[in-house]
Amino acid sequence: MSTAEFPTSVAIAGVYEHPSRFSPNKTEFQIMAECAKGALDDAGLTREDVDGLFGASMSMGMMGIVDLAEYLDMRPDYLDGTNIGGSSFVAHVTHAAAAIHAGLCSTALVLYGSTAASNAMAIGTGGTGGSNNPDTAFSAPYGMTTVGSYAMYANLHMNKYGTSSEQLAEIAVTMRQHAGLNPLAKMRAPITVDDVLESRMISRPLHLLDCCIISDGGGAVVVTSLERAKDLKTKPVQLLGCGEAVQHQGVGDSDLLTIAAKQSSLTAMKMAGIKHSDIDFAMVYDSFTITVLATLENLGFCGPGEGGDFVSNGGIGLGGQLPVNPDGGGLSSNHPGMRGIFLVIEAVKQLRGECGDRQVAGAEIAIAHGTGGTIGDKHSGATLVLGADR
Amino acid sequence: MSSITHPNPYASWESRGFWEGAGRDQLVLQKCTTCGLVQHRPRGVCAHCLDSRGLEHFVASGRGLIYSYTVTEQNQAKGFVEACPYIMAYVTLDEGPRLLTVIVDCEPDAVSIGMPVAAGFASQERDDDELFAIPVFRLS
Repeated sequence: MSTAEFPTSVAIAGVYEHPSRFSPNKTEFQIMAECAKGALDDAGLTREDVDGLFGASMSMGMMGIVDLAEYLDMRPDYLDGTNIGGSSFVAHVTHAAAAIHAGLCSTALVLYGSTAASNAMAIGTGGTGGSNNPDTAFSAPYGMTTVGSYAMYANLHMNKYGTSSEQLAEIAVTMRQHAGLNPLAKMRAPITVDDVLESRMISRPLHLLDCCIISDGGGAVVVTSLERAKDLKTKPVQLLGCGEAVQHQGVGDSDLLTIAAKQSSLTAMKMAGIKHSDIDFAMVYDSFTITVLATLENLGFCGPGEGGDFVSNGGIGLGGQLPVNPDGGGLSSNHPGMRGIFLVIEAVKQLRGECGDRQVAGAEIAIAHGTGGTIGDKHSGATLVLGADR
Repeated sequence: MSSITHPNPYASWESRGFWEGAGRDQLVLQKCTTCGLVQHRPRGVCAHCLDSRGLEHFVASGRGLIYSYTVTEQNQAKGFVEACPYIMAYVTLDEGPRLLTVIVDCEPDAVSIGMPVAAGFASQERDDDELFAIPVFRLS
């Protein structure tokens, strides 16, 4: 058992974002394997160093992590196939840190891969699937969609606080500005608030450009002890705080506007011992524009109902009061279905100061919050606070 | 009733009271006589007592208020693709719990949050002997 502090004795030593946004000739596991190599190369480690394997994807179910270990011909000492939706990989970093701190493994590899775009997967508007699933038994008969659930959240927020479609559109516009600075981003041409408002309505009040794109892609993160990371090739990024939470319908009485981010970020921020003003930028799951607004409010960067003003006038752009998703996010860079790993990857790259045109000046502390599942219905939340090694 | 072709509900022994009740034009909820909890969705136990002994079904008023809604303009799922736009909503029932439903027989622009609604029941074409129906709501 380590006597070092948790979680600050743990660091991220390597990251890799798959450059492709469309890979019709690849499989999910192939993308994960390519990402594994990329992140290990980034850390200056080899496959022999890996003794903890973490992974999730949209097709990995029971035994999925075992299948992945076989594909990679790995026999790690620690396995974790936690799948709580798109936030999974943010949670994997926490779980890896706990396992490393406990001495159960020393170097963990977190993997994600997806071919959502080349499979022409209708993630947001495909309905809830077969109604012979107890989980969707009360939503499938009513035509629940992912975007529809977020739309009901947005409508409630607008009704209660006067939040406008223009304010939500500002989020999409800012993400596209950031994507224009990211050579890997899928959608880079600038858009305006009017472009968002004039785009096709999908589920009122959310338009097409309020929704994330669908891409292929994948990523990998290497987690190890800070002590070990200091001797490796790349500048370590230290884990300062972590938290997880879940929000759902309960017995039909939960407050829809309170999302898991509130609980998980309280845990993570308290652990890190920091204030909101200490945070230089935020990586926020942006499945829809409303996801960003809801998350920023629940993370406590502004009060309930103040999100509309917070995101307007460049507030979440580079140079704004809190830059959000400098990579362009899921709204413009990439969204292969479970985007959480890219929140961690971009946070690490920014904290290492290697992001070129989209670099957040003086980035030392980041918060990354992943949402998995569906806000407005049920979802998980996982928060990390990360710090540049100084 | 509505232009939606509702998929047949999946009814387990835990939930069939709800769908069978709808087949009798009744909105059926569960109440725990031990702790007083009224819960939706239905379960095999009271979610708070974690025990089935106090659990009963009862016929609710079928009245409530629109908590939030969306006009769905796009849904590729069978039964809904041609029904767009349709109004999907959360309704807070007078008895307390909120449920997911659709608002039928009204124009999308006529709906707003907080409006009172009442339950109706969309019957189902089935190839078995079950008499299930789908609770839907109308402005009241």
